[in-house]
Amino acid sequence: MHHSILTRQRLVGIFLLGLLLLYSPALTLFDRAVEWAGFPVSYLYLFGVWLLLVVLAAITVEADNR
Amino acid sequence: MSKKVLIVDDEPNIVLSVEFLMRREGHEVVTASDGQEAIDLLASTRPDLMILDVMMPRKNGFEVCAEVRADPALSRMPILMLTAKGREAEMKKGISLGADAYITKPFSTHDLVAKVHELLHREDAGD
Amino acid sequence: MLSTKLIVVYSLLYLGLLFAIAYWADRRADQQRSVISRPTVYALSLAVYCTAWTYYGSVGRAAASGVGFLPIYLGPTLIAALWGTLLLKMVRISKTQRITSIADFIASRYGKSQLLGGIVTVIAVLGVVPYIALQLKAISRSVTILQSFPDVDSAGTAGTIPILQDTALYVALLLAAFTILFGTRHLDASERHEGMVAAIAFESIVKLIAFLAVGVFATFYLHDGFADLFDKAELAGFLKPVIADERGSYGNWYSLTILAAFAVMMLPRQFQVAVVENSSENHLRRAVWMFPLYLLLINIFVIPIALAGQLTFAGTNMDADTFVLTLPMAHDQGGLSLLAFIGGLSAATGMVIVETIALSTMVCNDLVMPGLLSRWKRMAPEADLSRLLLRIRRGAIIVILLLGYLYFHFAGEAYALVSIGLISFSAVAQFAPAMLIGLYWRGGTHAGALAGLLAGFGIWLYTLLLPSFAKSGWLPGGMLEHGPFGIELLRPQELFGLTGMNEITHCLFWSMVFNIGAYLFFSLRRAPNVHETTQATLFVDVLKHERPPGIGLWRGKAEVKELFGLAERFLGAERARRAFRQYAARREAEDVSSLPADAETVHFAETLLAGAIGSASARVMVASVTAEEALGLDEVLDILDEASQIRAYSHELEQKSIELEAASRELKQANEQLKEIDRLKDDFMSSVTHELRTPLASIRAFSEILFDDPKVALEERRRFLGIIVSETKRLSRLVNQVLDLAKIESGHADWGAESVDVAELINEGIQVTEQLFRERGARVECDVPERPCVVTVDRDRLMQVLVNLLSNAVKFAPADEGIVKLRLSAESGKCRVSVSDNGPGIPKADQPHIFEKFHQGSGGSDKPVGTGLGLPISRRIIEHFDGRIWVDSAPRNGATFTFELPMKRNSDQRVGKTDVEESPDSG
Repeated sequence: MHHSILTRQRLVGIFLLGLLLLYSPALTLFDRAVEWAGFPVSYLYLFGVWLLLVVLAAITVEADNR
Repeated sequence: MSKKVLIVDDEPNIVLSVEFLMRREGHEVVTASDGQEAIDLLASTRPDLMILDVMMPRKNGFEVCAEVRADPALSRMPILMLTAKGREAEMKKGISLGADAYITKPFSTHDLVAKVHELLHREDAGD
Repeated sequence: MLSTKLIVVYSLLYLGLLFAIAYWADRRADQQRSVISRPTVYALSLAVYCTAWTYYGSVGRAAASGVGFLPIYLGPTLIAALWGTLLLKMVRISKTQRITSIADFIASRYGKSQLLGGIVTVIAVLGVVPYIALQLKAISRSVTILQSFPDVDSAGTAGTIPILQDTALYVALLLAAFTILFGTRHLDASERHEGMVAAIAFESIVKLIAFLAVGVFATFYLHDGFADLFDKAELAGFLKPVIADERGSYGNWYSLTILAAFAVMMLPRQFQVAVVENSSENHLRRAVWMFPLYLLLINIFVIPIALAGQLTFAGTNMDADTFVLTLPMAHDQGGLSLLAFIGGLSAATGMVIVETIALSTMVCNDLVMPGLLSRWKRMAPEADLSRLLLRIRRGAIIVILLLGYLYFHFAGEAYALVSIGLISFSAVAQFAPAMLIGLYWRGGTHAGALAGLLAGFGIWLYTLLLPSFAKSGWLPGGMLEHGPFGIELLRPQELFGLTGMNEITHCLFWSMVFNIGAYLFFSLRRAPNVHETTQATLFVDVLKHERPPGIGLWRGKAEVKELFGLAERFLGAERARRAFRQYAARREAEDVSSLPADAETVHFAETLLAGAIGSASARVMVASVTAEEALGLDEVLDILDEASQIRAYSHELEQKSIELEAASRELKQANEQLKEIDRLKDDFMSSVTHELRTPLASIRAFSEILFDDPKVALEERRRFLGIIVSETKRLSRLVNQVLDLAKIESGHADWGAESVDVAELINEGIQVTEQLFRERGARVECDVPERPCVVTVDRDRLMQVLVNLLSNAVKFAPADEGIVKLRLSAESGKCRVSVSDNGPGIPKADQPHIFEKFHQGSGGSDKPVGTGLGLPISRRIIEHFDGRIWVDSAPRNGATFTFELPMKRNSDQRVGKTDVEESPDSG
């Protein structure tokens, strides 16, 4: 795998973003028994962030044409 | 028996002394004061022996020697080199060019006369 | 609901299908048309991470604690982003070092230690056996459900069924057979099993499809979509959207994430598919996002299925772990149920096959082989070892599966599925410090890794495994509450008084503290030795090199045929021969026997063997064959120092050699000049000797003549004596001049300096040479100005010059007609004197040479009586006083010699006094 330095750094950024969104007190913001569009907010948030991380990683990796 | 001797030297005093010696021995003497003159005289007179100095203007003694030896008519003529150049290398050079004897100046008159005698009568002895 | 026969048939069909795929993939691989060399296949194979635990257990966990199951998949998602370097490093190291298992990796990193490899293997086996038991439990339970729904006894019956009637046993044996077929048909030097990977990728698809099918069924068929489901669940009070629900669940959130992030790399099966089976580094790219995507997809419907199950089975005590299967069954979805079953079967068998193959490799290479090796040092080994190795592996597979069954039988009902899995995660997490720190820190030593592993594993044993036995009734439960021997501080699940965590978090915390602490402490106690340093550099710097490094540090003697013999024994003759022939071609040797027995060849042999018996054992075998001399660290450092010094020196050397060339060129020139001077000196010497000998010859000859013959005529006598006299004079003149010139040139002459009136000197000079003029009949004409010309000069020397010029002029002037003109003039501060004669002149060719020593004018019929040194001496003198001397002449027009000297300034004019203005000539 020959990622460019930028790609590697971006991936580390995604990792840190994931840490921030899911493992910091930010999580408590969404940890409520509230619903939004029929979905529990925590459910939405977790899966939403998860999907976001996956999509970001995909874009970052596939954009690196090397 | 009287022989003809050609003396070649650019120093007149040397020529004078050697001429005296040869005359005293009863030989006929022809002289030249440089190499070219010597070669010209060789053709016209036929000496039985040539006493040859090395350091001379125009042609030096080595060159004369080589030329003489190249001439088949003169190849058997004895050549006695008489020169102030006395180094081993120069003696060898003279001999290799065809000189029969080599005497350095200042020379002993006895030695010179003896050598001349030897060279002249070598011919007679039919060496 | 389904007859056993049918279940068996379907199961066997599915397994047969898996096997067929594996077989086909293997065949294609042999034909060099690999099916698994696609990044998607690689990413799918990583999904073997999702086992029956994922398939069944997540739903169970979700029903109990909401999203508490998620960290197990979020952890791998996050760490996948770092696989760019982390996994890449591991893959590259493993390829270059022929690493075939995680035990091999750790052993290799810390100096190819067999001890470490063995310990890692033991930890792995002990840690993973429960996990295998989990899969067996899942399969047997799903079979039971299929057979006898709805009379499923959720209380669990594992321990009560007699062993020989236990489905699980037969499942275990069947799986053992399949695993053997999958993974041990032959020994591959690189330990790759293309067929297995293809089958695993396929089963990943199957379980995903099955799970999604059940999820879709639960959400959109049983209910009207997510919103409807959530509403109904909330109404029924089942929704637990918040995380902070059970005791220490935030702690759980973090610790499960960390555990899962470690496990996705440290589990033997994960290491196997992610690192060992990897066929191209480029595949890692897609895996970075595709694997998390898979995890996302397979988890979307976990909560919906859990909720639907709770809604459906409200009021019963149906085990939530079974919802994935019981839900469709409860709604009479026969086909879907079968699909769900197959999905579960797929998930479980995938895990078992890969995990067991990986474990058997480790057991064979790192546990059994070292033991055998030490035995073979005393006795001769068997002839064909490859077959022995295969047999060992097959035996290991059977043993491991039986162990799994036994654990299931005796301890499997104490915990929910997820908990068992987490126990395994905690065990393999003990590899993480040694592995991950070792990838980035060169200071990690063997002692540190050993201490860390043992400490962490010990804590795990004490805080997790022991309690699990206690909870199953194997050990007195009192220990859990009051600590061993009543020491409360050492309570296994509240060690040192740390409360408020669940057991997993508690274990993770303490095991990491002790593991990492011991690793650092023991690593820092002593600097790494040479083997550790070599390996450390290889591992830490692997991404910095293009070529596989690490061939250098070896000194020893080896015989290629002995190395070949080793390879033959362990790999089989055909494979060994092929490998060596390829290597020989690479090294451009004619054939195997002409390979040089150097470090590179030894390294090749070692890595080749490592594929079959592990790197630690390979090293031992090769070392036994080569008389290896271990390099001490000092020697290594010396060699490295030397190498870096050499590099520095070679640069300097280049510079110096350029300078050297320049210097030698200068030297050659100087040498030439010196030789020239030498030659001139030789010429001078030979000229001098010639010039001395010539008059001597005359003197001697005439002296002898006169001596020998008293009767020489008077006139002749007088003449001869005159010659003797004049030659004697000539000789002494020559000697004097030679000495004079030598003195001047060597700088030993004494130079006076006084004011001299040049006109006066000229008059004196004419008087001195009067005799000469008279003899030749020549006339002198003087042209001298009124004003005095005064120069500072050595009077006698200037006189010498004047006399020389005058006598030359007289000599060359024609006899009786000679006119010598003398002219004195003062021009621009210089005093100029010229002496002209009307002789034959000097040809242009001679003019430059006329001032050279012993040059005597040619041309002219009389040889002039001169020494040839007069002019050189004159020039020296004039030049010594900063003057110039030169000649002008045209042929037949005579020659004019001129010299000029700087005039003394009027203000200083003091005639007659001695002025010492110049320092003596220093030559």
